[in-house]
Amino acid sequence: MPEPRVAIVGAGPAGLRAAQVLAEASLRPLLVDEGHRAGGQIYRRPPPGAERPAAALYGFEAGRAQALHDLADALAPRVDYRPGTTVWGIAPRDPDGFDLECLGPDGHGRIAADRLVLATGAMDRTLPFPGWTLPGVFTLGAAQIALKAQGMAIGRRVALVGAGPLLPLVAHQYAKAGATVVAVLDVTPLAAKVKAAPRLAAVPATLAKGVWYTMRGALRRQPVRSGVRAIAVEGAARVEALAFEDAAGRRHRVACDAVGASFGLRSEAQAADLAGCRFAFEPVTRQWQPERSGQGRSSLPHVYLAGDGSGIGGADVAELQGERTALTLLADLGRPRDPAREAHLDRRLARQAGFRAALEAAYPYPHHLVEGIADDEIVCRCEGITAGAIRRTATERDASEMNRLKALTRTGMGRCQGRVCGHAAAEILARTLDVPVETVGRLRGQAPIKPIPLREPA
Amino acid sequence: MQRLTVDVAIIGGGTAACAAAVALREAGLTVAVLEKRLCGGGASGVNFGGVRQQGRDLAELPLSRRSRVLWDGLSAKLSEDVGFEATGHIKLARSESDMAVLEAYARDAAGHGLDLQLLGPNALRAEMPWLGPAVVGASLSPTDGQANPRVVGPAFARLARRLGAEVCEHAPVRHAARDGAGFTIEAEGVSVRSRHLVNAAGAYGGTVAGWFGEAAPVAPLAPNMVVTEPLAPLVTRSIGVVGGDVYLRQTRRGNVVLGGGRGTADIADGLARPVAATSLGAMGKTLTLIPDLAHAQVIRSWSGLDGEMPDHIPVIGPSGTTPGLVHAFGFSGHGFQLGPVVGEILAELVTTGRSASPLHPFRIERFAGWRGPFRSEGEIEH
Repeated sequence: MPEPRVAIVGAGPAGLRAAQVLAEASLRPLLVDEGHRAGGQIYRRPPPGAERPAAALYGFEAGRAQALHDLADALAPRVDYRPGTTVWGIAPRDPDGFDLECLGPDGHGRIAADRLVLATGAMDRTLPFPGWTLPGVFTLGAAQIALKAQGMAIGRRVALVGAGPLLPLVAHQYAKAGATVVAVLDVTPLAAKVKAAPRLAAVPATLAKGVWYTMRGALRRQPVRSGVRAIAVEGAARVEALAFEDAAGRRHRVACDAVGASFGLRSEAQAADLAGCRFAFEPVTRQWQPERSGQGRSSLPHVYLAGDGSGIGGADVAELQGERTALTLLADLGRPRDPAREAHLDRRLARQAGFRAALEAAYPYPHHLVEGIADDEIVCRCEGITAGAIRRTATERDASEMNRLKALTRTGMGRCQGRVCGHAAAEILARTLDVPVETVGRLRGQAPIKPIPLREPA
Repeated sequence: MQRLTVDVAIIGGGTAACAAAVALREAGLTVAVLEKRLCGGGASGVNFGGVRQQGRDLAELPLSRRSRVLWDGLSAKLSEDVGFEATGHIKLARSESDMAVLEAYARDAAGHGLDLQLLGPNALRAEMPWLGPAVVGASLSPTDGQANPRVVGPAFARLARRLGAEVCEHAPVRHAARDGAGFTIEAEGVSVRSRHLVNAAGAYGGTVAGWFGEAAPVAPLAPNMVVTEPLAPLVTRSIGVVGGDVYLRQTRRGNVVLGGGRGTADIADGLARPVAATSLGAMGKTLTLIPDLAHAQVIRSWSGLDGEMPDHIPVIGPSGTTPGLVHAFGFSGHGFQLGPVVGEILAELVTTGRSASPLHPFRIERFAGWRGPFRSEGEIEH
């Protein structure tokens, strides 16, 4: 019997660890990477010739980043690596298996795979606030990309706003890179972090350091302010200042020329959606994700999941899940098992789950930002749809769920296909209808996952 | 379990069904609409959005002509902008034999009062200099146009509600049967008694007809649609081709919607999916018609479930077996333009037993001797 062809989508921590396990089993997996060098978003590598020291790029994640990059280099001869390749469609193939529609350096291509490991990662979750569409406003993830890939800061005087562990991490990375960070604003309360601290301290995970930085105000020159509310970017044609209200209710205004702002992470789950995986609502981070068993199975035979694309766990968890999921896949292929290794990974993942729960408790969902979205605020920036239009459509035109809202208003119908605006639109719709957010459902995924040219590159 | 007793129960919540509900309420009858998901979310809501008379089966032209008049007043009637614009529909010839087809059709259509203008290569390029060299001529229907399919069906449903119709969504019908002088209809969460029954169940119209001992071979049809990001205005008219393998239009917003070929349809779960190879094929054909679109980015593809009849025209008319039952289904991928008039016709059939429009070609009895399955293939004009 020929060896099954396994395709791994995504070459971040989860995809690389899965590739390692499968390569060691001599399966020569296909590793499809939207990026040009393996590492994913968190361990994104600069283009060749623009490298900088890992410590300068990744801060307290430098050791892990270096290890993953070394792994990617070592795996090169044993995997079929496809850099710069976007999987834009997935469809079941008769009698089983899948066709991956890819757009790579050589144009469109179709890859047949018997089994899939989807390790598609996450992106920043955005929420609208006054001025969020002004030039000079980035997500925290984009602020990181500018630093890692281009060795650039997003501005000369940068303000950072967030509701998750990415905030202190980016602040730390920017400070280490020598950028001028004029404000680090956490929209979640300090009390939540203090309460979660004992549980966080018990786990020697790198991200815990970020929370400690936040609590101790240890970022040199720029302590983190927690419990910030009512953020607003000011400026005529681009960012000129960031205004906010501190935890005591005092208004502040900080002059700056760039803002990095995002509010937790959302799974990039479109590939799982197109493959046909069943989704479930995850109530803590308030998002729909493909169902994943502890061993990495999806709801479909032959489709496996690992990393942030199927549940926000961070890079360390992604590595563990990548390995665990690949072991499950090997077991399903009838390969010899290593119960001790599986049990070890399961124990570590269980500890990480506890840590993650504490981390989520440290950064609770910023309901006050959603409640503060004014009617004239643009929610869907591709199509220019305001919060008021969404609210009116909900009450006057019977938009009871997200796909109907999309059909009636064009929300989520533009270039981003709801990846940026879908979350905020669902929160606004649910609040308007006075129902739990899971009741309004989620936007159905449709190919292409990202825009593709009408004519492929020659 | 909700229990309703009404004059007319309608199975299906597409444009024709909801338009019928509106017309029946205007005639003073009580109405219940039973829709398995959301009104206007099936074939009515995910189609190409062409409001086209040109190219239709000649049997459909009287209905299509009558419906076209309704489109002019639709936004006003529904109190909502349905995006209708009479941009004209132009059907392109890519060979001399295509041109002969267009000439013959123009003669036939003239007999139904539809004026089509035949354009040779010079006249065509004078108006549309961006057409590629593959195009040799065209037939223009100036009164045709396009509209936003996503809003029409839901707007009819809301108007029906405002007029007092019971519009039941997420209420798939399990069974319907003749019961004494009327009908009983069992749907998810609601049970309806009615004097009349309208079968506007789209791809499931044949199943409903079967409950009353009538054969109507309906195959699932899933048109494959693709849309680009918004572009600067370029494509001034809704465009089709002889053969029907590609069609496109540019929306008011600037997106170019293009279709051609088939997706996959699953009649069991009611889902239709686009097929990547079909999308890429339609994209390539679009470029042969309009090379200037090469730079455009495609942002989405989709499909929807319609019902297709073997002769590509719908079933519209009274049941052959069951008094009080009226059918309208199987629009075969081109029912969007007809929706408003089919609503009126259904109301006429329910209230008077006859229609002002000629319905003989659409009678269900034409399939009385039909045996065996029907699998549809080939191109269909949308």
